[in-house]
Amino acid sequence: MIKEIFTPLSDAVIAELNMGEMVHITGEIYTARDAAHARLAQMVTQGQKMPFDFEGSIVFYAGPSPAPDGKVMGSIGPTTAGRMDIFSPLLISHGLKAMIGKGLRSDTVRGEIKIHRGVYFAGVGGIAALMSQSIKAVETVAFEDLGTEAIRKLTVEKLPVIVAIDSKGNCIYER
Amino acid sequence: MREIHIEKITEVVAELCIKACLIVDPKIRTHIENAVNTETGLAKQVLENMLQNQDIARTERLPICQDTGMAVVFVEIGQDVRIVGGLLADAINEGVRKGYEEGFLRKSVVSDPIHRTNTKDNTPAVIHYNIVSGDGFKITVSPKGFGSENMSQLKMLVPADGIEGIKDFVLKTVTEADSNPCPPIIVGIGIGGTFEYSAVMAKKALLRPLGQPNHDPYWAGIEQELLAEINSSGIGPAGLGGKTTAMAVHINTFATHIAGLPLAVNLGCHVNRHEEAKL
Repeated sequence: MIKEIFTPLSDAVIAELNMGEMVHITGEIYTARDAAHARLAQMVTQGQKMPFDFEGSIVFYAGPSPAPDGKVMGSIGPTTAGRMDIFSPLLISHGLKAMIGKGLRSDTVRGEIKIHRGVYFAGVGGIAALMSQSIKAVETVAFEDLGTEAIRKLTVEKLPVIVAIDSKGNCIYER
Repeated sequence: MREIHIEKITEVVAELCIKACLIVDPKIRTHIENAVNTETGLAKQVLENMLQNQDIARTERLPICQDTGMAVVFVEIGQDVRIVGGLLADAINEGVRKGYEEGFLRKSVVSDPIHRTNTKDNTPAVIHYNIVSGDGFKITVSPKGFGSENMSQLKMLVPADGIEGIKDFVLKTVTEADSNPCPPIIVGIGIGGTFEYSAVMAKKALLRPLGQPNHDPYWAGIEQELLAEINSSGIGPAGLGGKTTAMAVHINTFATHIAGLPLAVNLGCHVNRHEEAKL
């Protein structure tokens, strides 16, 4: 019922993911939301080296709450993906093919996902205490000055998500 | 004249910020527990996850959602009350600062809408004051997440648009919002007044006890009608399809101008946090 996948994601694994499937992600993923996307897009445009390797990587649109004493992570969950739509086509074309967010994507992003054989996973918004239980380690890798919006490498175990747009371009939000 | 010291206000605001972000409203809890039995498949799974999340948030002392919002504070001050020890607004902001720091809540406020530097303590709060009779003092803290706030809409309808125009715009707002405001949502609606007052009424409508109908049977009927329409949209929990798209529609109304029909629709997510205290 629940498909287990591991990072880095190969093209073959992405190809076998189908819209509506429940998936557990295990491995390393990277957080980036609004402010980090603006900077990544600028860096791509200027031909700079990315703070992490896009190949096989999953980006999680998330800004966690602070970790209480004795905990690895505070609460964490997906933010609205649509706000990243303006940056996503550029990043997808540079190899960032897998994303976790919540909610609708633009037709353009959906088209790019299909062309580049990527995948968009939806997390459930507002179940952030539950999702934080899947985070086993955290390391800030870039933009520490952005606070909650910094890029962090998360080591995750069975992070629960749903395939919202698959590599064929099928979308779960289509009504 | 009754005196209230600002230290007490700071203390209470801090407690309300933390409580609102960690402990779910029992009425919402019950509503979702009941909704689980009406759904199947992914929708059922999502609602069950929401309940599990509420349990973990409570026992692990973690925020229900990582977006612990911008603090919206409503103060009802009896006109026979005197605030002593400093400025009321400073006391409230100090409470927000303390609550967000001590509760390990996310600091999500930037000081300027364009320059966007994080204030690092989640201040300033948005504060609404209301002067009432007597010597009471009531304070409500609503940490408002922006997944739902961003999907809210306001329109200056004209009188001829009437009730059908109102219904159409509410349904348009909810349909366009789709999965983004984290359904099942609460729909707060302000009708009448002026441009800004309709928005304040819509926000206040989100603070009403879940599902409590408007005192006017006409508007209570419209609330029910809209709720049924929204739940037939198919959006469902987390927007992944299902019958449970909204938990309640709350309408507030006020007198308005002969030329106008202001309408504001403020969406609240499935946690719809707000906590109040009386001093």
